[in-house]
Amino acid sequence: MNDTNIQANPKQEDKEVTYPGIEGGLTRRQFIKTAGLIAGAALTEGALVATTPKIAVPAVIKGTRLHLLQWSNFVPPADDEIRRQAAEWGKQMGVEVTIETINANDLQARIASAIESGTGPDIVQMLHNWPYLYASGCVDVDDVAEKVEKMYGGFYKQIRDVSFVEGRYKAVPYHIVGAAMTYREDWFKEVGVEKFPDNWDEYRKVGKMLKDKGRPFGQTFGHTFGDAPAFAYPYLWSFGGKEVEEDGKTVALDSKETLQAVEFIVALWKDVFDETGLSWDDTSNNRAFLSEQISCTLNGASIYFVAKKQYPELAKRINHAVMPAGPAGRFHYHVTFEHAIMNYSKNVEAAKEFLLFLMDKPNFYKWFEIAEGYSVAPGPDHENHPLWQKDPRMLAFKDIGKLGHAIGYPAPPTRSASEALSKYIIVDVFARAIQGESPKKAIEWGASELRNVYKS
Amino acid sequence: MKPNVKSVENQVEQVSDYADSKLTSMEYVGLAVKEIEEKKRDKLKSGYLERENILAYILVAPAVIILVLFIAYPFVLGVWLSLTDKTVGHEGSFVGLQNFRNILKSQIFLQTVQNTFVYTGVATVLKLVFGLALALVLNRQFKFKRLVRASMLLPWIIPTVLSTLAWLWMFDATFSVFNWILVHLGILKRGLVWLGDPHLAMVSVIIVNAWRGIPFFAISLLAGLQTIPPDLYEAADMDGAGSFAKFWHITLPMLMPVLLVVLIFSVIVTFADFQVVYVLTRGGPSNSTHLFATLAYQVALASGRLGEGAAISLFMFPFLLLVIIVQLWYIRREQ
Repeated sequence: MNDTNIQANPKQEDKEVTYPGIEGGLTRRQFIKTAGLIAGAALTEGALVATTPKIAVPAVIKGTRLHLLQWSNFVPPADDEIRRQAAEWGKQMGVEVTIETINANDLQARIASAIESGTGPDIVQMLHNWPYLYASGCVDVDDVAEKVEKMYGGFYKQIRDVSFVEGRYKAVPYHIVGAAMTYREDWFKEVGVEKFPDNWDEYRKVGKMLKDKGRPFGQTFGHTFGDAPAFAYPYLWSFGGKEVEEDGKTVALDSKETLQAVEFIVALWKDVFDETGLSWDDTSNNRAFLSEQISCTLNGASIYFVAKKQYPELAKRINHAVMPAGPAGRFHYHVTFEHAIMNYSKNVEAAKEFLLFLMDKPNFYKWFEIAEGYSVAPGPDHENHPLWQKDPRMLAFKDIGKLGHAIGYPAPPTRSASEALSKYIIVDVFARAIQGESPKKAIEWGASELRNVYKS
Repeated sequence: MKPNVKSVENQVEQVSDYADSKLTSMEYVGLAVKEIEEKKRDKLKSGYLERENILAYILVAPAVIILVLFIAYPFVLGVWLSLTDKTVGHEGSFVGLQNFRNILKSQIFLQTVQNTFVYTGVATVLKLVFGLALALVLNRQFKFKRLVRASMLLPWIIPTVLSTLAWLWMFDATFSVFNWILVHLGILKRGLVWLGDPHLAMVSVIIVNAWRGIPFFAISLLAGLQTIPPDLYEAADMDGAGSFAKFWHITLPMLMPVLLVVLIFSVIVTFADFQVVYVLTRGGPSNSTHLFATLAYQVALASGRLGEGAAISLFMFPFLLLVIIVQLWYIRREQ
């Protein structure tokens, strides 16, 4: 099983030799030995590798415990696979591994209390730019992250930017849940549209035709953590608007680019969107789409997955596409997932070994296949995976990772960017204009709130 | 003066004890003295339990410890945090009133203040009016009285998050049952966007809060109603008072102490409410339903700015203190 990994990564340091699965272990060690690539890192581990013929378990981690906290995946079998892998690794290493899954919305409260009290899970899964928020509570994981980076042919920009905090990796990029335009191919064809609109003007034109037929597009501008920012941020960027300059201090929302974006959203709202969208949460557009009320919405692959299971006829009419481009280009904002090792952990070595095991390509791809492309790898390596040949309707998700940018763009995704996000300032600039405030005033409001957040 | 029956009975008992015991009178007295001395010794042993000023402290201690641990300590810590720039994982440094100055510059915060007062004011009035009405109705005799009284408590008993989730579905933009009814009755042409319009969203969260709080008012006030002596009403009937006059001159004044206590509780809980808004709108759309608690939670936990979050929630304190002082003063004056 690990053979693939060996071929892909002949230049591993000896420390990494100790983690992988049993089946390929021996060949692998021999391979590395013959390749003569044992660079002396930790002496004891080096000695273990050199003297023991079988799988080497680092003495420091044997008989210890490891606790990993992560969200309850929207694709439940994916969680089962993680548990299975954890049990497998734990058995090999003699480590008792606990995988705890909780609602994604509750993670932050858990992280905050764990860091403040200095006790809790050894590894915590973070979302978005949280490594920035909790950097002081996390161990540097440059060694692990750099190995993973090599495995996956580099990291996508968004997930690298949120994990790499002021010159150090504070978390190991894990996976990305991509957002794509989910649309009704059949209805698009009915109005003579064969290909999903490539830019916002076309998007508006097509949307208007469909809304006139009682099949609007759906987009939330409510306070909801997933879908609202996933649309509002990249939409703003695609017009060239931004909340702050690259220095991360000078608020730059008040620009003619932002004005253009806001004016255009008011037009979109009238011409294209379902007007109940201001109240939607992350599940509303799924329901509206599945009940055939809307013809297009930005979402993860979950709508399609539910349709495949429950409404197979509908699933055949769904397709996905990347977001339309604006004057400044094409952008996306995805939900990124990272693993951080907490610095109160007494088992950092085991945690690092375990993360390498999870990110080991055979293991990761097994999990990836179970999630059917709902999550993609942190780097472009997966783009060549045979999974993408299986279902052409999922193809849009294949390289969507490339288009992702982190909040705060073009500045780093700092705590201030987080506060701006959690206060829904960008989302609300659009929401205010939609509700009838003049675009100029809405932007002024947003800029003044942002100055408060960025303390400038 | 009535003869003290008890002591007479006691003496009779003692005499008959003596008669039954077949002891001489001296022996009997000796035993009695011995018993008294033993009791004295016991009393010395447990002396500190007998002394009221010490016993009082011992009995109060658990309550005080709990108050200090779970109320006073977090409160003092909250005050301290609000004066620092603490974030999760960082020791904050003292920044004086900087957080408060920052917050006051934010329109989101000013809107939150306004929202909180509207929310508390309207919801409390609704709860008071409907709660009182319900209590008056329940105080009458009717069939299945117990069953109705018990079932009325349901909204109050069900965990708030659960019942609010049910409301979330009823307000859903696509599947709202209210909209379905309104459209099918021909009252509206198309459904309302309950949680998507700033004003309707506020109306919605207030409705849910009131729905949940009415049983608390009703049951507490019902208990108060039952303590009013019926002869007052009989006397009023004799004087030819109408039912409104009876309510205004008897029921309301007699109910006032209970009413005030219920009001204090309700205002405090509503002012600091979190769950209803967090489940229904998370403060949206465009901050039209944010309350102190929801905003503080977002700032403190979602962006990790504990200092600023603490400052936001501390803004509740002066107002709540005022409410309590005014109402306690009123109650004391009444007594």
